[in-house]
Amino acid sequence: MARIVGGVTTSHIPVIGNAMANGLENDPYWKRFFDGYEPVKAWLEEVDPDIAIVIYNDHGLNFFLDKVPTFAIGCADQYDNADEGWALPTISSFKGDAEFSWHLAESLINQNFDMTTCQEMLVDHGFVVPMGLMWRHLPDWPVKTVPLAVNTVQHPLPSAQRCLALGRALGKAIESYPEDHKVVIFGTGGMSHQLQGERAGLIDVDFDLKCMESVINNPEWLAGLSNTEIIEKAGTEGIEVIMWLVMRGALHPNVNVVHKHYHAPVSNTGAGVLVLENAKD
Amino acid sequence: MTWLKHEYDKIPGTYVFDGKTSHAAYALNKMLFSFNHEENRQEFDQDEEAYAIKFGLTDAQKSALLSGDFLGLLRMGANIYYLAKLALPRGVSVQDAGAAFQGITTEEFIENLAKRSEGFEEELVKLGGYWNG
Repeated sequence: MARIVGGVTTSHIPVIGNAMANGLENDPYWKRFFDGYEPVKAWLEEVDPDIAIVIYNDHGLNFFLDKVPTFAIGCADQYDNADEGWALPTISSFKGDAEFSWHLAESLINQNFDMTTCQEMLVDHGFVVPMGLMWRHLPDWPVKTVPLAVNTVQHPLPSAQRCLALGRALGKAIESYPEDHKVVIFGTGGMSHQLQGERAGLIDVDFDLKCMESVINNPEWLAGLSNTEIIEKAGTEGIEVIMWLVMRGALHPNVNVVHKHYHAPVSNTGAGVLVLENAKD
Repeated sequence: MTWLKHEYDKIPGTYVFDGKTSHAAYALNKMLFSFNHEENRQEFDQDEEAYAIKFGLTDAQKSALLSGDFLGLLRMGANIYYLAKLALPRGVSVQDAGAAFQGITTEEFIENLAKRSEGFEEELVKLGGYWNG
């Protein structure tokens, strides 16, 4: 049976992609942020996953505003990155696992989550930056991937509660797959930031840390906030933190914290990293 | 024919991108989306006004576009992630854009980011369990 080895939360902001492309990891601005990923990389090497499910939002590469699925899942054997107009280098392709993806889609739909299935899916920085953070030191991506895109761009967005519930269904879907895959789930995005308007540049460290502690011990707290309440605290783009709840929902109610790391500012944001494993029952 | 009001409309200095905004600015965002392709960015650079007309921008949107008025474009419904497709390839960073929204310098904007994050390490120590090198 497929097994969840754990979940990771991470920022996916594009400037991290540029910093990695330019080898700035030891630059004083970046060093503490990147050093905090070394334990994540070591943990990944140890648990050695076969598949990474990446929860992210598309920022206008695969989806334009003509069609905006609330939840979309890649169901292909390959995913390509492409020019998204953000002056980022284009990254090599990612392998998919169509059979596993279609199983997830079917299971989620049977659990009343009406996923959009995508047999062609370009993946943008929201997907690519986390992959780079975890595995850029290797010659090839060591896992197959499943992109799972959540609409955090055009309101109405799914609620935080709905994201947590999607995660719970995702956990069941993963664990009902008959092959012995080891699966890691990345919940990406956040934390507090607002790119737009006169309120641009907000960072709320207290709220970010509340979110991190909530995701570990009490995801219902974050899931109980309305999207307006989250935007008031974390900013219009900080709403991405609802995607962490998809990852958290897929894990068991009790988790062990392998690693937690926070740094701010990273560009316009607070950046939080969690590595969580299911607690042994 | 009524657009319903939302709680988030009351958040100051904030333009939540919703159905109402997206409907009003569909052509504008479609033009910005076209900047995913280098040949379109080049075509725009050759004649910005002609490019805007081709996509059917309103006069007000066109005027904001040609004068580089980011706040005006945002208020007229440009989605921030799509606006980035205009800004970033031209070397305008998200900090430059943030500063423009507020009428301050980029240096001041960056300084404010640092100020808002000040003291986070102490908070991590208080909560406990956070990595610190």
